[in-house]
Amino acid sequence: MDITLPILILAIPITMFLVLGIGGVKMSHKLAGILGILGMGTTAVLAYIVAFTYFFSGDANFILDGVRQQYQVFDVTWLAFTQTLVVNIGFLLDPISAMMLVVITTISFMVHLYSWGYMEGEPGFQRYYAFLSLFSFSMLGLVVATNIFQMYIFWELVGVSSYLLIGFFYKLPSAVSASKKAFIVTRFADLGFLIGILLLSFYTDTFNFVDMTTNPEGVLASTGGATFMGASVLTWAMVLIFTGGMGKSAMMPLHIWLPDAMEGPTPVSALIHAATMVVAGVYLVARMFPVYCVVDAAMTFICVIGAITAFYAAVVACAQIDIKRILAFSTISQIAFMMVSLGVAYDKPIEGVHYSGLGYMAGMFHLFTHAMFKALLFLGAGALIHAVHSNNYTSMGGLRKYMPITHVTFLIGCLAIAGIWPFAGFFSKDEMLAAMFARHWFWGAWMTMVAGLTAFYMFRMYFLVFWWEENPHYKEHKPHDAPWQMSLPLIFLGAVSIVAGFIPFGELVTWNGEPYHIHIEAPVAATSLVVAVCAIALAAAMYMKKNALPTKVKNMCPALWTAAHRRFYWDEIYMFITHRIIFDIICKGIAWFDRHIIDATMDAFAKITQKTSYAIRGMQSGEIQSYVGWYIAGAVAVAAITWLCLI
Amino acid sequence: MDYSQFGSMIPELIVLGIFMLVFLFDTFSNEKGKKILTPLTTILFALGTVAIWIVPASGEMVFGGMYINDTATNALKAILNVGVFIVFLQSSKWVESDEVAIRKGEFYELILVTLFGMYLMVSARHFLLFIIGLESASLPLAALVAFNKKHYESHEAAIKYIMTAVFSSAVLLAGLSFVYAFSGGSLYFDDIAITIGQGGMSGLLIIALAFVLAGIGFKLSLVPFHLWTADVYQGAPTAITSYLSVISKGAAAFAFFVIFVQCFGAVYSDAWEWMLYGVIILTITVGNLFAVRQKNMKRFMAFSSVSQAGYIMLGAMAADGLGLAGMMFYIFVYVVSNLGAFAVISTIEENTGKLDMDDYNGLHKTNPWLSFAMTLAMFSLAGIPPFAGFFSKILIFTSVTGSGSWALYMLVLIALINTIISLYYYLLVVKAMWISSEEPKIGSFSSACSNRVALWLCIAGIVFFGLVPYIYQYCYDAVRDSLAFLLIF
Repeated sequence: MDITLPILILAIPITMFLVLGIGGVKMSHKLAGILGILGMGTTAVLAYIVAFTYFFSGDANFILDGVRQQYQVFDVTWLAFTQTLVVNIGFLLDPISAMMLVVITTISFMVHLYSWGYMEGEPGFQRYYAFLSLFSFSMLGLVVATNIFQMYIFWELVGVSSYLLIGFFYKLPSAVSASKKAFIVTRFADLGFLIGILLLSFYTDTFNFVDMTTNPEGVLASTGGATFMGASVLTWAMVLIFTGGMGKSAMMPLHIWLPDAMEGPTPVSALIHAATMVVAGVYLVARMFPVYCVVDAAMTFICVIGAITAFYAAVVACAQIDIKRILAFSTISQIAFMMVSLGVAYDKPIEGVHYSGLGYMAGMFHLFTHAMFKALLFLGAGALIHAVHSNNYTSMGGLRKYMPITHVTFLIGCLAIAGIWPFAGFFSKDEMLAAMFARHWFWGAWMTMVAGLTAFYMFRMYFLVFWWEENPHYKEHKPHDAPWQMSLPLIFLGAVSIVAGFIPFGELVTWNGEPYHIHIEAPVAATSLVVAVCAIALAAAMYMKKNALPTKVKNMCPALWTAAHRRFYWDEIYMFITHRIIFDIICKGIAWFDRHIIDATMDAFAKITQKTSYAIRGMQSGEIQSYVGWYIAGAVAVAAITWLCLI
Repeated sequence: MDYSQFGSMIPELIVLGIFMLVFLFDTFSNEKGKKILTPLTTILFALGTVAIWIVPASGEMVFGGMYINDTATNALKAILNVGVFIVFLQSSKWVESDEVAIRKGEFYELILVTLFGMYLMVSARHFLLFIIGLESASLPLAALVAFNKKHYESHEAAIKYIMTAVFSSAVLLAGLSFVYAFSGGSLYFDDIAITIGQGGMSGLLIIALAFVLAGIGFKLSLVPFHLWTADVYQGAPTAITSYLSVISKGAAAFAFFVIFVQCFGAVYSDAWEWMLYGVIILTITVGNLFAVRQKNMKRFMAFSSVSQAGYIMLGAMAADGLGLAGMMFYIFVYVVSNLGAFAVISTIEENTGKLDMDDYNGLHKTNPWLSFAMTLAMFSLAGIPPFAGFFSKILIFTSVTGSGSWALYMLVLIALINTIISLYYYLLVVKAMWISSEEPKIGSFSSACSNRVALWLCIAGIVFFGLVPYIYQYCYDAVRDSLAFLLIF
């Protein structure tokens, strides 16, 4: 493949960032918006061409004997520290990176378009578009990375752009602290990532993904069976790398930043904190999948973390008031779903059964469909917030009459995430559950329960927002559907959420490139459908019309409700550890040392200097006689002292 | 006499040639012609500088071994020339001012003559030639210091300079007469080196060493031979101060190295290592202690340059090829940094007549570029990375610790502590310019084109030559290739 298109895909967003970032001050809002949208639109078209070429051209570079290949469009040396420690920058095309190109550019373009309406008239409009472009550039660079070091660089860039966008309303203290929280928590996780990278590459002598994933046994062998604290070094490396993914993908216990990140503008939440950046952790595991396959312990770790997180986030989502927070916890839960799906996919047969193909394919499939319908839900939420100027469902209710487009598209999104046939979520979730059941019945049952909870809390929100009881404020300020720039992305994403399930995903993306033929597992599909429908029915019974039932249920166990509403006190636990233990005990000692030992030494130093300087000022009398006196005295003193010392 | 030996003296001939041209032009041209004297001199000098950079040094001992121009001396002369060129640029507006314009020819002629003297100091391998160079570099400088005829301070400075210079020459000559006695009637460096190597230590030699140290220490303003520095720097016209502070110091430092390492190298660890050890500590520390309290910019720069001289002498302390290369690089960096600072000071003085540190308060509001240049110069002088001053300090420190003796490590430690003190007063200037909230006392003005070029040259030197190792490599190669230093490398 010619390298022009891949380079353009990366070059256009970064150029747009520079143009809008440097020249934006001089531009009108309209010009900046149009430039941003056109830039992203072009990038999207180019990405479609590249992905289409990769999947369907039949070129031998891309598909050989029916097996999709990993192809490095270019891979140039960037920093050569030593003979072996060489960092490259390149563009890797394989099924998942091609898929991600489509996902990122589609959602990003939709968000660019949507923001034109949503952010209209906001101060710093140009800056906002510049940051969106920077984010798109970083995310695209991340997914096409040919080596783990390049991925790490873009990984941090993504973190920075996320920080900038969460804190976009930098005059709000809550936005500022949310952006700091997001950056610090993910950066802390990235420390583990970096150590993992160093460990892994120390043994394998390479950063390159293709080298590592085509020969996972070689990676395993290269560590020579070295162990650390009872686990093999490779396990440590892979778990540490996964830590970075846990931070970005908001897995427990590093999930605390994502709900707060909702302080950013809603389109940003749709792009970064629902569809693209937060799945970077899943993408990382998928990228290193063959290596993870040979490290059982790391795979189990991923499974357990994912399963706990999925359940926890689903429970918390049932007790939130802020609709963006509900969606945030839903995102955490769904990403954890994908993690479990990857975690149950093993390369080697267990009890004679191969599990690898299905779990991996299903996880990626869900990543794709989830990106579409979760972005739809967030953009819908944005339209609601735009209309009623509040994030809480308590200020909404009965909106279906006032905002028909938002209502229908939001319903599509809810049906998709609940997994109702024929919406996109049904297909991907069904495959994931099938993979989990195939691995062990426990995983399947547990995650089916989470799927039921998902349907419940989504429809709880849906009914509370669009049915329940009309808010009396509507009489003064009548809500209405959003302008066309905002409605268009909703309609487009709604359409995608309906049909995306019919994409023959197994033919395109599988762990080893060989096509996998999707077939619906009837028992699994039926179970999950029944569970989802029951959950929706329960939600309808409780929330469709205003009644006292929800309050009664809540009062049955108020402690549990409060705990769920307060997210099971995770933030308080973190506050306790950082403030009470780290700041109060450890940092105070260090601060004391700094004040009383280091500063005092420096102060004494300064005082002595000043005093001596004052004391010897008489030497510079201005009298030439005394100068000459000093001169000859100095010369004689030098001679005399040397004489005394040496002879 | 074989006149072809003059062919080895290319740098001297170039400077002398420029001097003759300027002198004749100045004497015989009419009023109109005098107007182009400044650009003519500057351009001629620039061409001469380029020629010295390019033309390879012959490296032959000529005139019976009295004179040598090898790669190392040639490199140093090239570095000095760059400095003089910058001085010419920064002073080209000052020499056109009413008071000075009529005598501007003298200014250039005197500077070129002193530069010629310094060349001889650097290249001399015989004490007679060295003294001639030293004196021809000293006496015209007194005339230059007194250049502001109508200023009382200028006269005072000149008198103080000439008196102490004469006195120091006397001490130096007394020291040399002891050396002469010691060496059995020869003043050639090579002969003295041999006799000292055979003779070993004696009281006479110690006195001789101390007096020679004092004599050259006067030019370098090493403590306690520095007391003239502040008064002279303050009283002299700013262009002369900057010339005095870098060019004359650079030449003297190199001559010091040559004399002590080549002549007295045999008694390095027995005697003069410890003399120099003490003098360096005193120089750096006392220079700093005085600089801390200064309010006048030129006086401040005077004590800063005293302290910097101590750092330059660290190269002589190392007494090997790396030390010399480090010293030459330090001189280069010192030239661009110090001249950068002086270029700002003189620009401000020419335009507003202000010279106090308080006058610089809030300067960035009215003259951001000058503040920027001054900040870079201060950072470089203080040795803050990534500017050139940091690298020159690092290189000279590593050359000193090369031998690994603990005493030398202590010396570097003391020098490092002094670097922290120096940071305080260098940053005082930066603080005044950028942080002080007072209303700026200096109005906005646009500086002359030549001053700007001088400043940009200095900024380029400060920013690039730390990161780009070209100049250090040049000094290193020059020292390595020079025949005279073959033995010490």
